[in-house]
Amino acid sequence: MEKVFSKKNDRKFDPDKIFKMGAVVAGCFVLVVIVLLVFQLITQSYPIWEENGLSFIIGTDWNAADGRESFGALPYIVGTLVTSALAMAIGVPLSIGIAMFISDAPKKIGAPLGFLVELLAAVPSIIYGLWGLYVFREFFMNSVEKPLHNTFGDSIWLFSGTPFGLDIFTASIILAIMIIPTVSSVAREVMKAVPQQQKEAAYMLGATKWEMFKLAIFPYSKTGLIGASILGLGRAVGETMAVTMLIGNATGLNAIPGSLFDPSQTMSSIIANEFVEASPAGLHLPALIGVALVLLGIAMVINVIAHLLVTRMLKVKEGAINT
Amino acid sequence: MSSLEKRQEYRALFKQNVQKRLIVDKIVRIIIISCVIAAIIPLGSILFEVFKNGIAAISIEFLTEIPGSVGSGTGGVGPAIQGTLIVVGLASLIGVPIGVMSGIFLSEYGDNRLARSVRFFNDVFMEFPSIVLGIFAFLVIVLVLGHFSVWAGAFALSLIMFPIVARTTEESLKMVPITYREAGTALGLRKWVVTMRIVIAAAKEGMVTGVMLAVARIGGETAPLIMTILGSSLFFANMNTPMDALPLRIWRLSMLPYESAQLQGWGAALVLIFIILGINLGVRTLVLHKKETMQILKTLKEKVGGKN
Repeated sequence: MEKVFSKKNDRKFDPDKIFKMGAVVAGCFVLVVIVLLVFQLITQSYPIWEENGLSFIIGTDWNAADGRESFGALPYIVGTLVTSALAMAIGVPLSIGIAMFISDAPKKIGAPLGFLVELLAAVPSIIYGLWGLYVFREFFMNSVEKPLHNTFGDSIWLFSGTPFGLDIFTASIILAIMIIPTVSSVAREVMKAVPQQQKEAAYMLGATKWEMFKLAIFPYSKTGLIGASILGLGRAVGETMAVTMLIGNATGLNAIPGSLFDPSQTMSSIIANEFVEASPAGLHLPALIGVALVLLGIAMVINVIAHLLVTRMLKVKEGAINT
Repeated sequence: MSSLEKRQEYRALFKQNVQKRLIVDKIVRIIIISCVIAAIIPLGSILFEVFKNGIAAISIEFLTEIPGSVGSGTGGVGPAIQGTLIVVGLASLIGVPIGVMSGIFLSEYGDNRLARSVRFFNDVFMEFPSIVLGIFAFLVIVLVLGHFSVWAGAFALSLIMFPIVARTTEESLKMVPITYREAGTALGLRKWVVTMRIVIAAAKEGMVTGVMLAVARIGGETAPLIMTILGSSLFFANMNTPMDALPLRIWRLSMLPYESAQLQGWGAALVLIFIILGINLGVRTLVLHKKETMQILKTLKEKVGGKN
């Protein structure tokens, strides 16, 4: 016996340790990648920060021609923020409505419906773009944008541009459709986390279904719902292909939208459009990488906030169920 | 008398109040149902249009040949299909082992500070804009090598893939009862044998689901491929030349001003959606009743927000 034990313990080659090491290394891979990624983006975009300083963020010129190079990212930051905000304004109420319906419907209706909405998430971005470009754009231009423009075009600045279908309005609607699965499925989980007693108490007071939502579910799941919406915002900010195909791809000053019907450009779409043509020798590539750095910064902040809110909410759920 | 009148008055008020609240309730219900319909219409329309327009473009020639001259409407998307299979396959080769090991770390060695931060950053990393990951792959591979490379594309896609695999692996391993591990340890097995032979065997269904959903997700990615494999009209030659992929081909075709290109774009979209929704539907219907799989889908919903 002695011998066997000592043999096992003295062995230098311990597969368990190696296995654990492998697991730890693989686990830390994500941390390494994040650090390397941020480091790479900063060093590779350094020339543009050196040249322009902070005016890169607040500048509006965008010219990649040799000798007249000038880069300012403000229009694209504005474009991203405007389209994402519009998408949120349209998509979040819709998603919460869907989540309310599914969380409350009998399982026979709710489950397949939830499944259908999740299929929306499985459709690749490029196919949203294709559909938006060839199907949705024409419909939307003729039956929504033009009537709006004809009725309100003179009085409300929002509707003053010429409706062409490739503008921030169309892009925002597509974005709204794309964030619906994200927001609605997280919102659904969050609403399900509300303890049954809360709902029953509301019903017992004689509340109608809507009043039950207002009294029991919304106050309880507020944090989680906000988190779900911000998660959707994070997705909208980073979305590339569908927006690139529908936003009209203006550059420089033209990309600051004057109305809903103006073409614009987002941070991700300017990268998708110009990255391959940009030469690493000049300032064009560093400028695009700088845009990517700003985009990553915004997306990261949004997602960290969203995750903190959602996990906090879902943790509350576990506590509530256990007690 | 006056008390009777008062009672009637109250009764009327009560009725009014209830009626008003019921009407509000009904209005809200109608609004909610229209929300649901508003979300289903785009999905229906997308599927319908892709099938209607795509089916006209599909033929043996379309699926196997290289693209014809621009605007001619001849040729096909053979290189794109081949390229998608190659780049997704390579990405899985890189992403799945890292993801699985990382999932093992989170589940089996995951009760410490490091694991908690890994879990958190894993979730955050999952939401990184994919185009930024493409730029990263461009900077560390394409720029260093000096030419577009299939490896860069595979690397970019694997970065999207591994966090998803890690999280789903973690969840399915956690579903395996602790008694399995104890039984293995009681037999004198080493921990890595217990993990690899017992725990993973019990959890493999959930893990496969996670991997398949991750494959479906990266199969449709376009943005990170633009700056890594660029796109091409020829079949795969070697790892160091540009290669085509279905999403890239759809993008190229959609930018051309010809009817025939549009039609081919729809055809390519049909092939892509067939692959991706096929994987999704297959995974969900084949294994949906299993408890582990339900857990995976739920995690995906919470962590990836339904995107997969």
